[in-house]
Amino acid sequence: MVRYILKRLILSVPIALAVSVLCFVLVQLAPGDPLSLVLPADATQAMIDQTKQRYGLDKPLPLQYLYWLGNILTGDFGTSISTGRPVLSEIGIAISYSLALAGLASLFGLVLGITFGFVAGYRIGTPTDKIVSAIAISGVSVPHYWLGMVLVIIFSVNLNAFPAMGAAPGAHPGWLEQLRYMMLPALTLAAMPMGIVTRSVRALVAETLGMDYVTALVARGATPFDIFLHIAKNAAPTALAVIGVQMGYLMAGSILVETVFSWPGTGLMLNGAILQRDIPLLQGTILVLALFFVVLNLIVDIVQPLLDPRIKRT
Amino acid sequence: MSERVAPLLDVRDLNVAFSGERGTVHAVNGVSFQLEAGRVLGLLGESGSGKSVTMRALLRILPENRARISGSIHCNGRDVLALNRRDLNSFRGGDVAMIFQDPGVALDPVFTIGNQIADTVIRHKGVSRQVARARALEMLDLVRIPSARRRLDNYPHELSGDMRQRAMIALALSCSPRLLLADEPTTALDATVQIQVILLLRELQKDLGMAAIFVTHDVGVAAEISDDIAVMYAGRIVELGPARDVIKRPRHPYTRGLLASTIHAESHGARIAGIPGSPPDLARLQEGCAFAPRCTLAGPECRLKGPELAQDSPGHHFACFRSMP
Repeated sequence: MVRYILKRLILSVPIALAVSVLCFVLVQLAPGDPLSLVLPADATQAMIDQTKQRYGLDKPLPLQYLYWLGNILTGDFGTSISTGRPVLSEIGIAISYSLALAGLASLFGLVLGITFGFVAGYRIGTPTDKIVSAIAISGVSVPHYWLGMVLVIIFSVNLNAFPAMGAAPGAHPGWLEQLRYMMLPALTLAAMPMGIVTRSVRALVAETLGMDYVTALVARGATPFDIFLHIAKNAAPTALAVIGVQMGYLMAGSILVETVFSWPGTGLMLNGAILQRDIPLLQGTILVLALFFVVLNLIVDIVQPLLDPRIKRT
Repeated sequence: MSERVAPLLDVRDLNVAFSGERGTVHAVNGVSFQLEAGRVLGLLGESGSGKSVTMRALLRILPENRARISGSIHCNGRDVLALNRRDLNSFRGGDVAMIFQDPGVALDPVFTIGNQIADTVIRHKGVSRQVARARALEMLDLVRIPSARRRLDNYPHELSGDMRQRAMIALALSCSPRLLLADEPTTALDATVQIQVILLLRELQKDLGMAAIFVTHDVGVAAEISDDIAVMYAGRIVELGPARDVIKRPRHPYTRGLLASTIHAESHGARIAGIPGSPPDLARLQEGCAFAPRCTLAGPECRLKGPELAQDSPGHHFACFRSMP
């Protein structure tokens, strides 16, 4: 098992490197000159050259990449062009907000998705199944920003139950207060994973219920609860893989939701960085989010064989 | 005068019908038989003749929303069709255990062999996990799985086909059932190990004094292991009697057809006689004898009314109007 984990860890190094190349190159491909934002419109050629030199933009691209990578490996993500603060601290603050939001959204998505999935899977083909499936499909297909606005209209404007925008004010707001601010964006974010988890768990449960070993369990006098445990353990590895990927999407895919709710996370920051062509901030944020994906996949790969003995651990 | 003891299993006029989109399928029609403690009944017939459905009806493990069971089943002093949830769970696996056709899909893939046996023992006997594991080890030894202690922590996919079936047998016998139902226990196995598993089952059945019902479509297996043989066709028992009698002097034309279609060593080079036609559609059963359309002896009376089981020699029954001795 230790060998398997080590092997997976070593394998993720080239993946992470490839990810970093992509992050770097993609941003370079984007149109627009970052210098036009820092320099006045009538800057002389000398000023342009000087600024370019200061940011290392006069060097060829591969060399720029190596400098960038070298700096990142020593923990230096560079300086944000628009705010002048270190990128790493900007990302650090934003990511803690995003993690909290994604965590709460995953919790909602998981709990609802697993519950709905079991309910529908146990009663496949019945009206209950059809209603639950309709909710699941709506969760996947309804646009985030639209759902967000509808929730705001219902819960903030009409019921005045939850705040509509931003994070709790003040340096150290209470966690309950913060939770109130997180409620609507988290529910909005949870819609998609809820739908996907419901669909996969439903299919898994229905398939497992039809298996001969479930009949064999009944023939040995197993109670419905015993059978539930067997089904849960059989469905867990696949459900885990689905959930892991969904959590990655929650971290990276929350740009729209964070923008709608002005939640100060990585999504909102990315949005700002793109609009202002803040290349160091953009590259750094994308890299951190992509690495987050790599780490999540690594965790799923390590946990899965623990749950399913048929997955080889070599 | 000896007092007559109630048989271990008493099935009377058992009917099972499935309602589905295609109409009602009459899978089992008026099946009655008795089984004394410690005896073995071989249930013989083609696929779709109602053998497996009969077995599953005995344990009430047919899909409840689609299967309608009527008639009466008494087993080990219990009225099976009247059992409540709780008693049913102690009956299943406790009084009566079942071995399935394909151990590859009848064992849960994500639980170890040892845990699956131990869970069942704990459920029925209420013992501690430690005692249950000891029992699991004892059972694996009993079915002669080599290095049993190591195998306890194996998952089903880590065992070969016949080891899996041995584990399935160990699982079934772990709570000392009075009756063992074996639904084609060797069909999914290689021919080379089939006979070993059959012999093991017969030996265990004798040693433990269990009664057993063996479902098979293999006449050789049925003859080898059974005290009595029941032949099923289209959801009915068409012939029932002592195994030797049924094999030596089959009375029903269908039984004769089954025996003739078996490959014997002596029939080398000779043409093997099959039964022409195929079994009837159980959703559209006609009046009269269900075998009549495939029967060479069938006459007009066979198509009007179905024959009842009638006694020939002591204990030997068959259902046919035109059978010659």
